Amino acid sequence: MTALFADRHIGTDTAAQKQMLAALGYPSVDALVDAAIPAGIRLPADAATTLPPAASEVEALAELRALAERNRVARPMIGLGYHGTVTPAVIQRNVLENPSWYTAYTPYQPEISQGRLEALINFQTMVTDLTGLATANASMLDEGTAVVEGMLLARRASGSSSNVFLVDADALPRTKELLRHRAEAVGIVLHETSYDMSPPPADLDVFGAFIQYPGASGRLWNPAEVVAAVKAQGGITVLAADLLSLALVTSPGELGADVAVGTTQRFGVPLGFGGPHAGYMAVRAGLERQLPGRLVGVSQDADGYPAYRLSLQTREQHIRREKATSNICTAQVLLAVMASMYAVYHGPRGIKAIAHHANRMANLIADALREGGVTPLHELFFDTVTVRVPGRAAQVVASADAEGVLLWQVDADTVQFSTDETTTAADALVVLRAVLGDAAPAGLGFKPISRSIDPDHMRQTEYLTHPVFTTHHSETGMMRYLKYLADKDYALDRGMIPLGSCTMKLNAATEMAAVTWPEFANLHPLAPEADTAGYLQLIEQLSGWLADVTGYDEVSLQPNAGSQGELAGLLAIRGYHLANGENRTVCLIPSSAHGTNAASAVLAGMKVVVVACDELGNVDLDDLRTKVAEHADDLAALMVTYPSTHGVYEHEIRAVTDAVHAAGGQVYVDGANLNALLGYARFGDFGGDVSHLNLHKTFCIPHGGGGPGVGPVAAKAHLAPFLPGAGGDVHANPISSAPHGSPSILPISWAYVRMMGAEGLRRATGAAVLAANYIAVRLREHYPVLYAGDNGLVAHECILDLRPLREATGVTVDDVAKRLIDYGFHAPTMSFPVAGTLMVEPTESEDLAELDRFVEAMIAIRAEADAVGAGEWPAGDNPLANAPHTAESVIAGEWTHPYSREQAVYPVHTLVHGGKYWPPVRRIDQAYGDRNLVCACPPVEAFA
Amino acid sequence: MSLPEGLKYTAEHEWIAVDGDVARIGITDYAADKLGDVVFVDLPKVGSAAAAGRVVGEIESTKSVGELYAPVDGEVVEVNDAVVDDPSLVNSDPYGAGWMIAVRFTELPALLSADEYAALTAE
Repeated sequence: MTALFADRHIGTDTAAQKQMLAALGYPSVDALVDAAIPAGIRLPADAATTLPPAASEVEALAELRALAERNRVARPMIGLGYHGTVTPAVIQRNVLENPSWYTAYTPYQPEISQGRLEALINFQTMVTDLTGLATANASMLDEGTAVVEGMLLARRASGSSSNVFLVDADALPRTKELLRHRAEAVGIVLHETSYDMSPPPADLDVFGAFIQYPGASGRLWNPAEVVAAVKAQGGITVLAADLLSLALVTSPGELGADVAVGTTQRFGVPLGFGGPHAGYMAVRAGLERQLPGRLVGVSQDADGYPAYRLSLQTREQHIRREKATSNICTAQVLLAVMASMYAVYHGPRGIKAIAHHANRMANLIADALREGGVTPLHELFFDTVTVRVPGRAAQVVASADAEGVLLWQVDADTVQFSTDETTTAADALVVLRAVLGDAAPAGLGFKPISRSIDPDHMRQTEYLTHPVFTTHHSETGMMRYLKYLADKDYALDRGMIPLGSCTMKLNAATEMAAVTWPEFANLHPLAPEADTAGYLQLIEQLSGWLADVTGYDEVSLQPNAGSQGELAGLLAIRGYHLANGENRTVCLIPSSAHGTNAASAVLAGMKVVVVACDELGNVDLDDLRTKVAEHADDLAALMVTYPSTHGVYEHEIRAVTDAVHAAGGQVYVDGANLNALLGYARFGDFGGDVSHLNLHKTFCIPHGGGGPGVGPVAAKAHLAPFLPGAGGDVHANPISSAPHGSPSILPISWAYVRMMGAEGLRRATGAAVLAANYIAVRLREHYPVLYAGDNGLVAHECILDLRPLREATGVTVDDVAKRLIDYGFHAPTMSFPVAGTLMVEPTESEDLAELDRFVEAMIAIRAEADAVGAGEWPAGDNPLANAPHTAESVIAGEWTHPYSREQAVYPVHTLVHGGKYWPPVRRIDQAYGDRNLVCACPPVEAFA
Repeated sequence: MSLPEGLKYTAEHEWIAVDGDVARIGITDYAADKLGDVVFVDLPKVGSAAAAGRVVGEIESTKSVGELYAPVDGEVVEVNDAVVDDPSLVNSDPYGAGWMIAVRFTELPALLSADEYAALTAE
């Protein structure tokens, strides 16, 4: 008899739930949810479902195994931005498969995130070193979207009045597709050129230029003159550079480029049929504030020690909304950590050797081809060789495929292939046999090989010079470095992370198991369809299930994050209106909405009009009707989050969606809070036309410390033709580099749905709503709960209002958040959606003991704050103001504070033997870091 | 909250010190306090035109972004480079070393007195 997985996933058992329900005064979970969710939107309990009944963990793994076996792992020499690589086993086991890394959240609480912040600053240092530029972020979603962000940056920063952007004719085909789709929406005109071979007209005014370096065809050339010419007319140049090639060739910075972008996939991150991988972006000095996404910087803590934190947060959309530099929020942290550790493990000499190997194998093949009478198209290349085989391209590709090697057919007469770290002599011989047939050599032998990089173009400058890149080269050293960093961080493997709107639920071990299976990990995104049957079946099933549980007709799994799903959904609305011959551009967004909504709307070419919210945090219906009437002719869409960002089931949601539809607008329902709804109501049933979901919230993909994410976009049939990959055409409405986004992590969500079944998902929702209401009722007399809906109930999260506390005692939200660290907790979401509040989302996965431990901590902190308010402790010197307390701060020197050391670090006795979490740094000075921006590894002496 | 008497104020939480036809402009102590630790100040170029009610600069703190509005029509004749180099001056000395720009104006619009501004910000 195997246990039901839902009983493992849901933290509270029947007895615990009974106790919690008693505190709330409800007889059952169903009765509670019935009272909370408006009857008008509720799904009948006996509604039909296409979800299969729940499988056990063993059964689900067996089914995944069967799917995996339908995939064929071949030797991927297709290239085009995706390359074979060896994930060092020490990194796979200690990072990718280690919950200390993959269950962490975005490092918004820097004091308990120093480990991954150090890993990310290593990433930034690696990227700035190799690209020769001043500042890099951590990280982008993939190469193609990084190029798009580069284009948008160029337009912001150039100050040019031109709307023309030059695009390299030899760019990756997918990058061109993405540029076209995205440029059109924001009024940018693309002009394709092959630069030195057929340069653009001299009088063409441009705001920037994009160069693929080396070219997609493998061609290696020196674009310094083009860069200078663009700069001379005030434009910004964006280079998409292969990071590994930069170990051998002159860096973008040395060529004078302003921006470099690309992917770090080949730094030890599995292909995964397209993702997830970390993209990168680096800029020259002076453009730091224009960088999209997250940027790690160095500041100092209360004792003056160096400490890491996220810098320049004000660039981001949660502050700037429609004026944000970009809509990117979730990054690819876990993958960026892996790539940075690959550089730490191999060091500068190892990276150079790997680059040499790829280049040497390409040369070896090119020389043998020349000997066999086939001259490669380009004499100079790094790792990619293109050859003309008139009329035979399909046959050449098929012949290599039959021997297990994948080449790329450019057209009927041309093939290309790329070499990498994993390319062997046997692979080379397969390529030669495929191209040369009987003229192929039997072996490669030892011959002097040609040079495919011009000596003047060779890199002369050093990189990866910081000691971190030369210290951890033994496996023992690497294992310990990863453990040392992981120990600094607070992740779900230590305790609850009750972050409102983030849904930090269990990422079960069984769900994670298949991610690293070779049949899922080692497939190239452009592998032939016959190789990927298992993947395609998994994608089709998961899409169908997601459509079923949300009430939509079509789902695209392509978007790599919620922000991208949102953008894809809005672009679908845009496409729909345009196809109907209507130019509707106004997007209504409630004032309580997450800032990403507004930032995405702008990128979809829409104009944001804000709708007021009432004192309960609901959309103000009167204001909505006024705004709808005002913009009736050009109303494109309303974006609304359900349940609302205030954690309340809005009663009037149908009236809201009806008003928008009546005026010809479309309704975008943000799926951020789907965890409060699954199994009880469906977006598509109460007026949603399109939504994005967050598989990394509701469907168990781990947050990875700030990515990967998957943000599927789901829509009604009338919008389906405008979704990414519509009608099975991977080129339609692209939103990510890879046709299916980040497939290697889809088995996680697949396993979750498969093991929960419809009934399990519904039970999870009930347990999540119960947990949030339990916390609300337990804490209500200590902290006011800001919003509630029907019957005084909240949804899956509750907002604790700390403003009265500050008024009475001077204790701030920051103080409470940092004090929670001393009690062994990750703080709830701070000051969103309302400044001066904490938003608590316990999720269904926490058990009652952990919920009670949190309640106990919050009540104890309230008492501490009251002591400050009563004057027992001075405002500037008390356990809250000084939180968090490091071990050193309570041991070193004389103790002069008006409270005891025990009060400082063991405020509740259970911590003494209960596995106390010790923060590695004290409170970090946010302002210092932004005023003194340092975004690369500080010298070792700084830590002395 | 300090509120020097000799200055004029705006509803956008700016102060104006008038000297002949030149208005020196900064943000009030109240605004600086609401923004929190200011970390970045972006100011217009000397010689650029200012139009009353239009954004001429940006003031960023660790938590939010404020905009600097031109309270008068005119030409920017001086900007405070010191506050660009050390944005913490906005917090430490908003009415002195933390001033932002000086504008030569043609006409002075209606502005608030210290008392009127105090009434506006009373909570």
